[in-house]
Amino acid sequence: MAVQEIPWTPEDHYNAFITICGEAPAGKTGRLAGVPVAVKDNISTQGIRTTCGSRILENYIPPYDAHVVTLLSNEGAAIVGKTNMDEFGMGTTTETSAYGPVLNPVDPTRVPGGSSGGSAAAVAAGMVPMALGTDTGGSIRCPAAFCGIVGLKPTYGRVSRFGLIAYANSLEQIGPMARTVRDVSHMMEVITSVHDPRDSTCRAQPYTHIPQSDIAGMRIGVPVECFGEGVDLRVAESVRSAIGVLEGLGAEILECSIPSMAYALAAYYVICTSEASSNLARFDGVRYGPDVDVKKVWHEAYRDVRMAGFGTEVRRRILLGTFALSAGYHGKYYTKAQVARQNVCRDFTRILSDVDVIAGPTMPTLPFRLGEKTDPLSMYFTDILTVPANLAGIPAISVPCGRVDGLPVGLQVMGRRFDEERVVDVAYAYEQEVQA
Amino acid sequence: MVSDKDVEHIAQLADIGITKDDLREFTVQFNAILDYFDILDGVTGEEQGEDSLCNVLREDDGTPSLPQEDVLGNAGSTEDGFIRAPRVM
Amino acid sequence: MKTIIGLEIHCQLTTATKLFCGCSTDYQNDPPNTHVCPVCLGLPGTMPSINRRAVEYALRVAKALHLEVPEVSEFARKNYFYPDLPKGYQITQYDKPLAVNGYFEIEDDGGAERKIRLTRIHLEEDPGRLVHKGGGDRPKYSLVDYNRSGIPLIEIVTEPDLRSPKEARRFINRLRTILEYLGVFDGEREGGLRIDANISIEGSDRVEIKNISSYKGVEKALTFEITRQKNLIRRGLKVVRETRHFQEARGITTSSRGKEEEHDYRYFPEPDLSPLMVHGWLEGIDLPELPTARRDRFMRDYGISLNHARTLTGAIRLADFYERVARELEPVFAATWVADTLLGEVNYRGMDISEVRPEPFIDLIRMVAEGAVTDRSAVDVLRIMLDQCMEGRICEAPSEIITRLNLGKTVGDDYAEIIREVISANPQAVEDLGSGRKEALNFLVGQVMKATRGRADPLELGRLIMDLLKEEGV
Repeated sequence: MAVQEIPWTPEDHYNAFITICGEAPAGKTGRLAGVPVAVKDNISTQGIRTTCGSRILENYIPPYDAHVVTLLSNEGAAIVGKTNMDEFGMGTTTETSAYGPVLNPVDPTRVPGGSSGGSAAAVAAGMVPMALGTDTGGSIRCPAAFCGIVGLKPTYGRVSRFGLIAYANSLEQIGPMARTVRDVSHMMEVITSVHDPRDSTCRAQPYTHIPQSDIAGMRIGVPVECFGEGVDLRVAESVRSAIGVLEGLGAEILECSIPSMAYALAAYYVICTSEASSNLARFDGVRYGPDVDVKKVWHEAYRDVRMAGFGTEVRRRILLGTFALSAGYHGKYYTKAQVARQNVCRDFTRILSDVDVIAGPTMPTLPFRLGEKTDPLSMYFTDILTVPANLAGIPAISVPCGRVDGLPVGLQVMGRRFDEERVVDVAYAYEQEVQA
Repeated sequence: MVSDKDVEHIAQLADIGITKDDLREFTVQFNAILDYFDILDGVTGEEQGEDSLCNVLREDDGTPSLPQEDVLGNAGSTEDGFIRAPRVM
Repeated sequence: MKTIIGLEIHCQLTTATKLFCGCSTDYQNDPPNTHVCPVCLGLPGTMPSINRRAVEYALRVAKALHLEVPEVSEFARKNYFYPDLPKGYQITQYDKPLAVNGYFEIEDDGGAERKIRLTRIHLEEDPGRLVHKGGGDRPKYSLVDYNRSGIPLIEIVTEPDLRSPKEARRFINRLRTILEYLGVFDGEREGGLRIDANISIEGSDRVEIKNISSYKGVEKALTFEITRQKNLIRRGLKVVRETRHFQEARGITTSSRGKEEEHDYRYFPEPDLSPLMVHGWLEGIDLPELPTARRDRFMRDYGISLNHARTLTGAIRLADFYERVARELEPVFAATWVADTLLGEVNYRGMDISEVRPEPFIDLIRMVAEGAVTDRSAVDVLRIMLDQCMEGRICEAPSEIITRLNLGKTVGDDYAEIIREVISANPQAVEDLGSGRKEALNFLVGQVMKATRGRADPLELGRLIMDLLKEEGV
């Protein structure tokens, strides 16, 4: 493959990047020939440091590429930099990054959402046309909504996670973020084009789809729970009018209910912190990371490394997860969360056997001011509308649907497992209609 | 209700160093969060889902290992091809 | 006081690649950290994928040891921190193991067959290997080699059915034999088998001994521990429920109290792996011939004794060796030479039968069969051959050794001179013989044998002596 060097040294006004490559090799052929692409900094890139937004990986340089990075490179894309993120993906605002918060390009006094805030800001600010994000409980869709761009969380098992530094394995996926549905769809084709046997949870189901704007006759479910307590009325109104647009395009709108949503957020936080507590055990400073003091006894040495290397939110979640799995509490928390998760799955299966997609707001509120949310629990509550799709493993897209006081609002469309195509079509139909 | 002692114990299990100030703050926050998690007590149903994937296996075929310098490349300290680690006794 | 022993045996499976990645398992003679990839080094972002052959090997063992394979089994994470553990957890199996409820027959101390119940067999990954640096009891730091990290292990757990250290050792030996027959394990591989033992004196608390890494160690560790526990009880003290470590070099167990905190492994299903549903595979697994069947076949096909058949099938490599010899030579004669002579010499040297090449051995024994060399000379030659092989020297062919040391069987006239000398030097014996005392002939034969350094055939010598005496009219 012919190679060209893409010089890329932009001004990073919003702190969207942790690492800017300066010069990036790119192919002259392929579906993304010469296109600069930003990659979230929890996705491994051979020879380019990959920090996960954490001090503990400040100098870590992976000796291998994530599968998605290989696929992007094979199609000629230039990996121009690694985007800022909440430390290990643990946040909703990108304020927990050890490399400073990302500012929202729409309003720099506000957060860009998280945890893929750097990817969203880089796209929204026009620094790159597209970026990779990752979504464990809304981390693609939340910043897409807050920054006014499009972001797709694929079906669990559609995109290889090999090379994605795990936060919560059973929930997360890598997905595309771009300014248009068409670009998101295009990027999705590339990152699913070759099956990866190294991810045992990934299926060989490539996405090859050209977005269609004809949605006449499509049945769209609107859950009452998505407009319940805690949802900003102005956000609700924007989303309802967006759903009205879809109805105008010939879709049939049906009200529905997801009773299990009452337990979704608690189940999500138990599961993600449990898995995280185990996933993050490997950061002990022996094989990578800050030098561990080998003269000390191992527990003592590890405690020092992990206290200095992890930020507060990460330590909080590791402790919560350790607690949820510990003797005496495992049944009360971890096991119950699994039951709640299955109930969510069953609710979605039931609803999606009646309707083609489900629509509602992506986030319950407008973007917060930087530093506005300090209490962890109230921060967790803002994930209420995005976590159900992760629990159920279904695809979900966020597409901009107008602004309130100049701040973007996102419309979320969720679909059946491995039915990204229809989810993309609904978002595309809406986008085309409001652009025209 | 969890106490400072419980949180300290958990921190030990997780090999996470914790300061006195952290401890106080974490304990307060944990009680609020765990209070909320108690909503799960009301959940009933099956733990097992309709997980359709099973027996995802690879053949016993070799793939290249990393060159030793790449294995050692990110380690803080090495000796004769080994990686140094804290003592265990 | 009744002794109650249960074992947990970890053995490395002889797959070509590791359990969850494609790195080679053949690391024994290679420098540290040269059989390592991002997966078994536990680099961030890596994911495990299950080696099909490891599952098949484990199922082979399960079938041979009569275990049931449940519909669903799954891998789980065992979370704990240790410098040899690259991910901060070990991928193992917890509440859904691959196989449960089997048994295994061994001979008890009285020689009767007895069933030892097996609780479960599960698959897991080996951690890396630690080397302790710094002096003696207080190492300064550790060195880690991840070549071993991810090697597939099966853990076989027994019910507390064993009653003595000897029985435990027999169990391990028999198990090793079976695993080798199944083609899933290499008993000669260093560190290939590691054992934890639970032991109690009836009515007292149970003690777990960890870190037993040799076959002989099992008996030693258990014998030491039984004595220690019985002494405590005799003195009216309580046996404390604890974990103890076996110090191989000193042959003792020491308490690890205070050094290890209580464990809370926080097991949960490995989210990166889907469950195994392999119950249906059992039917398709063809077991190879196992020791008992082979023993019976040896008796039937080769006409050898039960004792010989049992000895010769006691290790797969010995059985293979014997069959190779029996193809060339008369099987009963071959059995005597392999089971009695060769095996004794090999064991005496602490060698393994796999170090002995069958061809020169067959050449040597063929010469015995053809009468070209005496039994006694052949044993001498065999010893020289084994010594050369063990010391890594160039191995001479048996015929070369025989020629070099002039050990070829000499007949007839070559001895006449010696016999005459013996006769004239021992007039008393000659006289005794003449008066009908048959033992005197044995004495004379012995004297000639001594003078010929055992090269002569004693039967033939007896005949020669009688002929010569007749000739001389004695």
